[in-house]
Amino acid sequence: MPGTAAPAKAAPKKGMNKSLRESLIAYSFIAPNFIGFCIITLVPMVISIGLAFCDWDGVHPVEFIGLQNFLDLLKDDTFKASFVNTIVYTVGTVPLTLVCSLGLAILLNQKVKFRNFFRTVSFFPYVASLVAVAAVWNMIFNPAMGPVNQLLSMLGVAQQDLPRWAAGRDTAMITVILFSVWKNMGYYMVIYLAGLQGTNLELNEAAELDGANKWQIFWHVTLPQLRPTTFFVIIMLTINSFKVYDQMYMITQGGPGNATMTLVYDIYNVAFVNTPRYGYASAISMVLFILVLIVTLVQFRGSAANE
Amino acid sequence: MAQTTAVKEHSSKMQHRVAMFFVYLLLILIAALMLIPFIWMLSASFKLNKDVFTFPIEWIPSNPRPQNYVDIWTRIPLLTFIGNTAKLTIIVTLLQLFTSSFAAYAFAKLKFKGKNTLFLGYIATIALPWQAYMVPQFMMLRSWGLNNTHLAIILLQAFSAFGVFLMKQFYEGVPTELCEAARIDGLSEYGIWARIMLPLSKPAISTLVIFTFVSTWNDFLGPLIYLTETRLKTIQIGLRMFISQYSAEYGLIMAASVIALIPVLIVFLSLQKYFVQGVASAGLKG
Repeated sequence: MPGTAAPAKAAPKKGMNKSLRESLIAYSFIAPNFIGFCIITLVPMVISIGLAFCDWDGVHPVEFIGLQNFLDLLKDDTFKASFVNTIVYTVGTVPLTLVCSLGLAILLNQKVKFRNFFRTVSFFPYVASLVAVAAVWNMIFNPAMGPVNQLLSMLGVAQQDLPRWAAGRDTAMITVILFSVWKNMGYYMVIYLAGLQGTNLELNEAAELDGANKWQIFWHVTLPQLRPTTFFVIIMLTINSFKVYDQMYMITQGGPGNATMTLVYDIYNVAFVNTPRYGYASAISMVLFILVLIVTLVQFRGSAANE
Repeated sequence: MAQTTAVKEHSSKMQHRVAMFFVYLLLILIAALMLIPFIWMLSASFKLNKDVFTFPIEWIPSNPRPQNYVDIWTRIPLLTFIGNTAKLTIIVTLLQLFTSSFAAYAFAKLKFKGKNTLFLGYIATIALPWQAYMVPQFMMLRSWGLNNTHLAIILLQAFSAFGVFLMKQFYEGVPTELCEAARIDGLSEYGIWARIMLPLSKPAISTLVIFTFVSTWNDFLGPLIYLTETRLKTIQIGLRMFISQYSAEYGLIMAASVIALIPVLIVFLSLQKYFVQGVASAGLKG
């Protein structure tokens, strides 16, 4: 609204034409992305909500069944396991990745030699192909022959005490979480590095003059300044953890049993493996959608509080 | 008096040295943790299957076997996979760059009705995981006959709200006076975008290229759902297919993995100097 006040000062008629022309030019800039985005993203999003209340196998006609899909979810053990696992994975991954990436960013924000080399190396797992690194991870953590267990047994761990990693019911999730921290911490490190570049170094110097040690400076001066960054990282990490799927697919295949089954894995199985149940898969999608929505709302409130 | 300050200075210098020693020690340890899986991969790719797991690890194979790198091309249609992936990645990256930077220019520098609402709408969908609506999207594209076509994957990836957001944040940092001066010189808005904004936005473009290239090259779930014919498959799906069929062909799996990593490594290394700057300009406050 305030934008309309300025052109009104010019000759009214010409101003109207000009602003219309400006708008049209602006729309022409946005159109290619916006039209594609609407068709490919927005339309399916809306359909998804409707489909969650229907039964459809892709062959027979769509049938409206109300809340039946959601009632079925409550009785579905695979769904319940995948819901719990998604939460467990998130709770395990978010703090661990956060601490590792912040620590690494602080180390790499110092004036050290080969800083670029270290940054590049830490970031590389993030850009590397998941299929390839999961394959090497599976070999390195192979319970019977992998170098990790060979090293452990050389260090004196008894054969029966060796962790079974991805194959063990209790260790499968931990294995995936460790993998995920290793693969993704470099990305969040870069975000923290960007955040650190925005911090005020004069404050550090002032604190140093007041006799604060390095740890106190970090805890009382640097960390509070990084609060918006930390907030952003937590939100991104949480949302990315909610949609985890491919790591499990490649490392544990959701197993053993349902030990590492996740929501998205469940959606994939219900919709694309066995007989497709698109309505039911959309109902699970709604659960994922609501989880993400909650986090997003927290984000909106949080960023409002930060400003 | 002077002596005590000298001693103090000396001890603080010592302290600094000890601290730096630990910093380097930690950094080297972390770098090792990050790199060892890749070095192990490279080393295993030159070994016979039976030698892959010998312990202690033979980092440099005593009788290296480059044959793995020859055999892999005939065991799976690796060249087809790479060709498909390269084609998809290049088209998607170009389309994303074009549509995102084009839209971002309007959001950053032009006045128009509904600008804020439209932009908020974009932002709101960034967080929404694709996985939540992939099922109806698949139904829709299949009903248009796009199942088992590369066009489906291109459409899936080409229009991203994230790209618009990233480019817009960067464009807002470019002084508006530049655009105004160009307007007075008679340049059209399209001209300003092409001759002023694009050349100035190297860090943002590099960041977007890294992200798009990497996510398209490494995309798994999209091609897994849409591309079921071998001749259409991408490198990730093809590699995964090989792994699940021949899980004991360790040497060959590692050789194929190394090949799948190389293009990303090249793109990343050639653009990474802009990267931190690009992420920084994307801004943490949206």
